[in-house]
Formats: sequence, C-alpha cells, structure tokens
Amino acid sequence: MAGGGDGRRGDGGPGYGERLRRARLGLICLIAPIVMLFISLTSAYIVRQGLPMFDGASNSYVRDWGGVNLPWVLLAINTGVLLLSSVTIEAARRDYARQAALAPVKSIPGVSLGEENHLPWLGITVILGIGFLVGQGLAWRELQNRGFFVSTNPNSSFVYLLTGAHAVHLAGGIIALVWAAATSLLRKPVEARRIAVDVTAWYWHFMGLLWIYVFAFLEFAR
Amino acid sequence: MATPATIHAHAPQGFIRKYIFSLDHKVIGMQYFFLALTAVFVGMFLSLLMRIHMVWPAAVLPLVGEIKPETYLSLLTMHGTIMVFFVLTTAPQGGFGNYFLPIQIGAPDMAFPVLNMLSFWTTFVAFVVIIAAFFVTGGAPLHGWTGYPPLSAVQSAGPGEGLGADLWITSIAIFCIASLMGALNFITTTLDLRAKGMSLMRMPLTVWSWFITAILGLLAFGVLLSAGILLLMDRNLGTSFYVPLIVVNGQVLGHKGGSPLLWQHLFWFFGHPEVYIAILPGMGVTSQILSTFSRKPIFGYKAMVYAMLSIGLFGFMVWGHHMFMSGMSPYSAFAFSILTMCIGVPSAIKTFNWLGTMHKGRIRFQTPMLYAIGFVSLFVSGGLSGPFLAQPVLDIQLHDTYFVVGHFHLIMGVAAIFGIFAATYYWFPKMFGRMMNETLGRIHFFITLAGTYAIFMPMHYLGMAGQTRRYSQFTEVAYQAKLIPLQTFITYAAIITISAQLIFVINLFWSMFKGPKASDNPWQSTTLEWTTATPPPHDNFGGVTPVVNHGPYEYAVPGAPRDYVMQTDPVSASAH
Ligand code: HEM
Ligand SMILES: [Cu+2]
Repeated sequence: MAGGGDGRRGDGGPGYGERLRRARLGLICLIAPIVMLFISLTSAYIVRQGLPMFDGASNSYVRDWGGVNLPWVLLAINTGVLLLSSVTIEAARRDYARQAALAPVKSIPGVSLGEENHLPWLGITVILGIGFLVGQGLAWRELQNRGFFVSTNPNSSFVYLLTGAHAVHLAGGIIALVWAAATSLLRKPVEARRIAVDVTAWYWHFMGLLWIYVFAFLEFAR
Repeated sequence: MATPATIHAHAPQGFIRKYIFSLDHKVIGMQYFFLALTAVFVGMFLSLLMRIHMVWPAAVLPLVGEIKPETYLSLLTMHGTIMVFFVLTTAPQGGFGNYFLPIQIGAPDMAFPVLNMLSFWTTFVAFVVIIAAFFVTGGAPLHGWTGYPPLSAVQSAGPGEGLGADLWITSIAIFCIASLMGALNFITTTLDLRAKGMSLMRMPLTVWSWFITAILGLLAFGVLLSAGILLLMDRNLGTSFYVPLIVVNGQVLGHKGGSPLLWQHLFWFFGHPEVYIAILPGMGVTSQILSTFSRKPIFGYKAMVYAMLSIGLFGFMVWGHHMFMSGMSPYSAFAFSILTMCIGVPSAIKTFNWLGTMHKGRIRFQTPMLYAIGFVSLFVSGGLSGPFLAQPVLDIQLHDTYFVVGHFHLIMGVAAIFGIFAATYYWFPKMFGRMMNETLGRIHFFITLAGTYAIFMPMHYLGMAGQTRRYSQFTEVAYQAKLIPLQTFITYAAIITISAQLIFVINLFWSMFKGPKASDNPWQSTTLEWTTATPPPHDNFGGVTPVVNHGPYEYAVPGAPRDYVMQTDPVSASAH
C-alpha cells in the first residue's frame, strides 16, 4: 500500500528505496501533462487539417493545409541517434543501480570488489542528446532551404511546433542529466545520483517514444 | 535533492531561507495566501471601477482617469483573469492546500520541497508579468479572461492587444507551469507520504478535494499551455491556427484559414475543469467545517468522495456547454447538454449530504460555520441556474448576458471566496497562533452574504431582460438604458460589499498580532493538524510520527469520554 509510512522520521529520513519510489511517482505525474500537451497539439493538428477555407477566386471551399517535404533521411538519422542514447542511458541507469546496491558493501573497511571498468555512460548520453538536438536544428535548416518556414502553410507550422515542443522537453532531460553528473562533483551520496539517473532514464525513454510518435505522425498524417 | 528529512532536522535560521526562499510547506502556503490576498484586492478594485463607470460613465476615476470603452474592457479582462487564476486557483490550493495537506496526512513536508518553493515563485513571476500589462504602451488586453481570437490573436486589433496581450498570454503560460509543478507535488505527497493508518478512506475530505483538484490541474493546464503557445505563434510568427482571413481597419492581414473555434475548444477543455479547480477545495473545507461545527460525522463520507471523483471526471466531458452559440452540430450540443446535467447529480448528492450533516446537529454558529453555510447557500443559488444554461435553446438567449455573469459569480466566484473565508476563519488559529475576533467575523459575514445576493441576484433579471455582458455603458441603446436603475442598485451594493471587506482585513491583521492566544484545538476538531502544537513546529509534529487509528469525522461518538475522537486517539477510545 502506498503511504502508511512506518516511522520514517527520526532516523534521518526516508530510506533510499522509498525516495526512489517517490521520485518515480513524481515522474509519472510529470509525464501525464506532457502527454496531455501532445494530445492537445495532435487534436489541434487534426482539426486544423480538416478545416475548409472559402476561396473567393473559385467561389468554393478549399483546403489550405499545404504540405511539407520532410527531410526524412536526416530525421531518420536523428531517430537512430536518439534511440542509441536510450541504450546508453539504460546502461548508465543499471550501472548506478549496481553501484548503489553495492555501496554498503564497499564501505566495509577492507572489502574491495576489484577494479570495475565503467564507460562514462552519462557523458555519452549527454553528447548523443545534444547531437540529436543539433540534428533537429539541421533538419529545420533543411526545411527552410526547401522553402518551408513556420508560417508557410499550416502543415509546416505544425512541423516546427511539434518538433520544437519535443526538443524543448528533451533539452530538459539533458539539463537533468548534467545535474545528475554534477552531483558526483558535489560529493552527494551515490544514492542521490542513482535516483536522479533512474528517473531521468525513464524520462529519456519516454522522450524516445514521444519522438517516434511525433515523427510517425508528421510523416503519415500529412 | 532535499527530501523532507534532510530539511526537517534543523529549521533554517537566516531571514531569507526562513521566510523568502523557504522550503517549509507552511511558509510556502502563507506566501501563496498573501499573494492571493494581494491579488484579490487588485481584482476587487478593478471591479469597483467597472461598476462605477457603468452607471456614471462621465465620472473621472482615480488612477485611471477617463474610462474609454476599451479601458473598460482592459479592466474587465484583468479583473477576470486575476480573480480566476491568482485568487481562486491560488488561495484554496496553493495556500491552504500547501499548508494543511501534509499536516492532515501526518507528513513532515511535501514530497518535493524544492519544487514546492519553485512553484510558488513561478506563480509570483506570473503575477508580476500580468500586472506589468497595465504599464506597457497600449495597456492591458481587451479580450476578456477567455481570450477569444481573433481579437486576442491580432496585434492591431485594439490598444491593449499589442505587448499587453503578449504579457497576458505569457503570464498564463507561466502560471500553467507553476500549477503543474504544484499538482505533481500534491499528488505524490498524498499517495506516498501518508502516516501509518491514514488509509485513503480515512483522509479528511479536504485532503480528497486537494488531491482531486491536483489531478484536474495536472490534466487541464497542459492543454491551456498548448492553446497559449498556438496563440503566441499566431500573434508573433504569422501562423494561422486561429485566425481566418481577416481585415482590420481596412487592411487585409496575412493570416488565412484558421479557426477561432479551435481556441474555444482548447480553452474550454481547460476552462470547465478550471471552475472545479476553483470550487472543489471549497467543498472540502465546507464538509470539514459543517461536520465539526454540527458535532456530527459527515453524512455519507464515501458518497462525498465518489461525488467529488465523478464531478472531476464529468468535468472533462462538458466543455461544449460554453460553445452552444458557436454553430456546433445540434447533436453534439445535445450530448454536451445531457452530460452537463449529469453533473447535477453528484452536486446534488453533496448538497443533500451537507444538509444531512447539519440535520439535528448541535450546531455551533461560529464564523467558520457561518461561512460554510454561506458556501452551501451560494452553491445552491448559483447551481440552480446551471441546468437552465445547459439547455442549448435557452442558452442561445442567455449567453453573453448578465444571466451568465450572475450564474458564474455566485457558483464559482463568490462561493469559492466563501470557501476561502471559511478556511481562513477556521485555520487562522493554527496558522497564526491567535484567534480572530468573532464579532467582527459575524458582521463581516452578514454584510458579505447580503451584499453578494444583492449584487448577483438582480443580474439574472438583467440577463433575462436582454442586458448584454461586457458593455462599458448602456446609455446608447434604448432598451438597455431602461435597465440602468437596477444596475445602479447593484453598484451601490458592490460599493458597500467591497467596503465591508475592510472589516475582514482589520480583523485579520489585528488578530495576527493582538488576538487572544489560541489553544492547540480551539474548535475541538478531530483531524491531525489539531493534534500538534499551535503554530506547528518546523517538521509539523515535533519529531513524533503520528499514527492514525480513526476516521476523520468521529463526532458524537457514543460512549467516548469526549464528544469527539481525534484521528490519533488510541483505538479503545471508540471501542463500544
Ligand atoms: C466584489 C465582487 C465582484 C464584483 C462587483 C464583480 C463585478 C464584475 C463585473 C462588473 C464584471 C463584468 C461583467 C461584464 O461586463 O460582462 C465581472 C466579470 C467577471 N468576474 Fe467579477 N466581480 C466580483 C467578484 C469576482 C470574483 C470573486 C471572481 C472570481 C472568480 C470574479 C470573476 C469574474 C470573471 C471570470 C468575469 C468575466 C471576465 C470576462 O468576461 O473576461 N469576479 N465581474
Ligand atoms: Cu463549464
């Protein structure tokens, strides 16, 4: 049962497992409004797409939706980068989970678990994430080269809007990762880092899913 | 990550950490409360200017000088927006919810104290931004709190529609983000930080109301945010989401093909849940107070919980009742109409349960109780006009008339304000350690109650007679001019009612410093906030972890030593 906490105060506060659960619950509450935001943008897209416009010249109703020639090779590459970063952040998440689990053992004097070799998964993820954002920027430039600007037609407005909204949320994830990495410099206990990395990782996977949705929607709901 | 535990050990000492950037949910609750108090005075002052201008159009007023028709619209927009967002959404949830939700569930703080601080300061920034709209060139926007395009989407549409409107939208967007952070915190706290024994069905109805309100906020504010982003893009990036081909002052603008109705759908998908965000906490505190001051268990606790849940659920399915005039298909109008009337059922359940709670109670008519009864009264008076407005055929006549103004002020505006007053009089002793003055409280109550009815009841007749809403003056239209005497009466009532609020302010600040000291449980209530010291210590329970053994409303328990059993009393206290 949630709640029903048993004497969690007095001894220095909630335990690590409890804090992890709480942070994950918070994450679910963060994902819900983001989902609502994108549902709302999606329905605006569909409504706007179906709107007829009166055309004085032909004296009839026409659709002004327009079309966009998506730079989909570039977008596909970006998708690959983002999916790869999901793999690396998952590696980071598991890495920290193991470290956090072993921390009590390691703190026993004289106990050594041998040298472990870690790739700097967090750093790699941050670089891949920034790479994705740069790639999206290139995609925007390519769109402009092809003559599609924010106000060119309703379809292009939505392309910029949806990709931009996704990018802003992903940038939030990058900031969270950088912050998680900073906790190691701030000498916070490994548990704190583990929690930060855990929720950011789930958030990151969600961002990956969201991007696949956005990409597929833009490509197939034209 | 500052968890409740890392901050509970030592209360911060410096002034800034203690009172400005505090992580303590109690301090943050007070900050929200005082922000809302400031906002309500700005909002009231604006309404006063509107009322005076409406019946004495030639009068030159302080601070604003001559009121042109567009100035009136600015006042109207800012009044509505400030009241809805910065008063009715801020005080009941951000203020009292923040202060009392953790204590009532036996937690030392919110789940994420840093986030809690951020949500307050973000709200504060939103308030500063919206107030700034008054001072930029062109002044505040004209588009009303509902911000309908094309008026709101076109920079050249009017004086306030330039920078002022951009500030307005930006403020709302910031407010959305702040509310989302708050909602996240409320939900996590309620689900995860309850003390031992505090099962969901032992939570006070106030906690239920804050919890459900937070869920509504979590699902609604993201939609408003998206609507606001589209609006900003239409205004500043030349897109055409909302704006059709349009000619302003003889000039064809660059937009084409957009639909103003798209905004209405998005806005009201948020807007209707928003009215419940405003009123649900008031329902919670009313239930709490009616039970306490009738010395009886709340009638139908579970029914109350399910009623609030279904009100929240249905609240997302009725937004179209604001759009009957938009030319929607009669079939959808019919569906929205039926669903709207469905909400009458849980609302009636709540009303009957409130009456049932008072029935044969040993009622103590102290100020909090008076305000709770006033809440029920206003909820019924305002609620009865709802089913009328839910009829598409009637609404076509009544929409955008004073009938609607009367309806929403009674049920959402003043009822929620009565909830805030009830909460203030009820929890003031806990928050400030002193009692408020009863006599002043009662005088304040009776003037406010009578004044409210005097202001808003006649508006229903004005509306039925065809008086249009959002007009700055009525002298120019013959059939409307005939109604001016009734408007004048309303203005006098408003002047008296607004002046009477000074009684409240005096009582509030005087009692804060000079009121008689309050005991830990002056109302002989049962919930957890009354088990701890007054005012509560930094970690709420002074290092003790409360254990809950009872439901929230065990009054008049047969065989118990007192006529009430507190939630933390040992099990044996009611074992008969
Ligand atoms: C002192 C009591 C109040 C008075 C005298 C008052 C007066 C007014 C007036 C004259 C209007 C303009 C009506 C029109 O021309 O259509 C108005 C609109 C409005 N008021 Fe109040 N009001 C009061 C309290 C409140 C409160 C407590 C709320 C909180 C919800 C509120 C919310 C609104 C809203 C949402 C509008 C509509 C604004 C719009 O159409 O954009 N008012 N009020
Ligand atoms: Cu509604």
